[in-house]
Amino acid sequence: MSETVAEKRSVSHRLSDLFHGRERLQVGALLAGPVGWLVIGYLGSLALLLVAAFWSVDPLSGLTIKEFTLENFEALWNEPVYRTIAWRTIRTALLVTLTDAIIAFPIAFYMAKVASRRGKALLVIGILLPLWSSYLVKVYAWRTLLSANGAINWALEPIGLHGPGYGTTAVWLVFSYLWLPFMILPIYAGLERIPNSLISASEDLGASPFTTFRRVILPLSFPAVVAGSIFTFSLTLGDYITPRLVSNDQFIGNVIFSNIANNQPFAAALAMIPIVVMIAYLLVARKLGAFEHV
Amino acid sequence: MSNRDGNPARTAWLVVAGLVVFMLALAGCGGGSDSTSGGSSDEALQKVGKGEGEVSLISWAGYVEPEWSKPFEQKTGCKVNNKEAGTSDEMVELMKTGQYDGVSASGNATARLVAAGLVAPVNTDLVPNYKTVFSDLKDQPYNTFEGVNYGIPHGRGANLLMWNGSDVSPAPDSWDVMFDPKVAAKYKGKISVYDESSYIADAAMYLKYHQPDLGIENPYELNEDQFNAAIDLLKEQQANVGEYWSEAAKQISAFAGGDVTVGTTWQYQYFALKEEGVPVKASPASQGFLPKEGATGWSDTWMIAKDAKHPNCMYEWMNWIIEPKINAEVAEWFGEAPAQELACKETANKNFCAEYHAEEPEFWKRVYYWETPLADCGNGEEDCKDYNDWVKAWTTIKG
Repeated sequence: MSETVAEKRSVSHRLSDLFHGRERLQVGALLAGPVGWLVIGYLGSLALLLVAAFWSVDPLSGLTIKEFTLENFEALWNEPVYRTIAWRTIRTALLVTLTDAIIAFPIAFYMAKVASRRGKALLVIGILLPLWSSYLVKVYAWRTLLSANGAINWALEPIGLHGPGYGTTAVWLVFSYLWLPFMILPIYAGLERIPNSLISASEDLGASPFTTFRRVILPLSFPAVVAGSIFTFSLTLGDYITPRLVSNDQFIGNVIFSNIANNQPFAAALAMIPIVVMIAYLLVARKLGAFEHV
Repeated sequence: MSNRDGNPARTAWLVVAGLVVFMLALAGCGGGSDSTSGGSSDEALQKVGKGEGEVSLISWAGYVEPEWSKPFEQKTGCKVNNKEAGTSDEMVELMKTGQYDGVSASGNATARLVAAGLVAPVNTDLVPNYKTVFSDLKDQPYNTFEGVNYGIPHGRGANLLMWNGSDVSPAPDSWDVMFDPKVAAKYKGKISVYDESSYIADAAMYLKYHQPDLGIENPYELNEDQFNAAIDLLKEQQANVGEYWSEAAKQISAFAGGDVTVGTTWQYQYFALKEEGVPVKASPASQGFLPKEGATGWSDTWMIAKDAKHPNCMYEWMNWIIEPKINAEVAEWFGEAPAQELACKETANKNFCAEYHAEEPEFWKRVYYWETPLADCGNGEEDCKDYNDWVKAWTTIKG
């Protein structure tokens, strides 16, 4: 018994001796987990995806044939429907981003500069509350609202109007609702950092409220808007459930989904579209200063 | 201290490099042990042993319900973990994860599952109830490959033409309401269509009846011209479609909410909507339960995963699901013809088997069971459109 205790102690002693004074080893052991996840789990799967896009598939079994080919990209390029779908996806993502920015800015401004401490807390809770429920529940709720016999049509009927029903408008509406918190919070954080003294100074120097907004607040908070737009844009770009539940529109994600069971290489080639679009978007965002203060 | 000259970026790279080596070594070991343990599973099981305590299934909505899975658990001690799938594609995809013991595969999944080596042959001697399965369900091209049985028949049925009785009259006796531009225009924006490439066969079946000069024999074996004719028909239909559905729940909510009034469906949704009080109707007995063109349909097969973790429980399940009493219950619950001959004596509705034509091989000749489209359609020319062509075409139809 005493022998094993001694042995144990010596193992832990030896371990602590090993780490003692060797900072590089300490840091290495500390970072191994998270960096390992990033490199192998995240970048590794992306790399596999990249490689798979250049493979082909056996039509019957759906098993991949691991020989280099460009046929997936040729098929993507030659069939105009994929361009239509890619453009529809990007257009919707931009529209949703713009909508959310316009709605989010006044709310964030009120939270950061006008509301009392209590009011601020209530607003933050109110904005975060929808994030506590499941994504699917929210989309199905919208599906019910937008249905022909749904609440929206019921409310609009007395004034002789119709809701949008299912379709492109519904997709835009639901996405804008879903991702709004992801736009409000970064803008709120950005506005909070603008010292009130700058706004007072601008007023003292005779600037109208509009000029203060245009020349002081907007330039200082713009990087935060761009940061928020990364969320709204990328979340819309990758989604396929909302379009499927409230419209017949196909997004890039839907086409990937319908191909993944039997033609993984083609699905991988399709997945390149959002990756390329997102890289371009991030480069532009960096140019606009989105990463400088976040 | 030794870190003074240390460069953090270099440290990070060292960590990464070390990890990659470590993971590669791990992957190598894992691969080795895999190939030794998976050796014997190409063969069918020889003896059903003691249950493993649980079984993981992939099934169509309504195939694994507590009414018959609970008694199974009590009898065998195998806890049932069930995952519902909405399309055959989803089933194949789920089977590739290797986490499931078995699947209720339709004919447009079985050939792919076998070709991909995801399922193992079934030793039907170990399934006592198999003896009394209807003989026109045994040794069929969708469950038997090169003379080897790969599954146990579950039941069969035809996809339904369903409409809302208060919006659609007179009762349609043909798929015209969905395919003939003149008739379908009446229900523009109210048509409900199954969202999978296999629906191309519905168009082909319609053309087989209405344009015999195209020479379509089997709606799953289409050459270039026949295929293009079907695609054109579907593109024309697209303008009238209210909604494409692939989850049963989505279609139920669309019919209940008045968003669609006519469409193709399964018995599961039909009965669910009736229960909700929606006045839905489907082709009546007087029409032989089928529109005049016939219908696409399914004949489903329980298959066992090649590397099933609970093979004994899976065999118990395959025998259980065609137990006369249970198969009768399953068939009546879902609204399909049972696979088990003796089930016809056990149904609560004594006319059930007659109503669903379970015992009439002639009836089933007008039902085109889902199949996997292959380039080789038996004429030796490999000139038919294969499954990937179907999937890609389906994307272009929806636009």
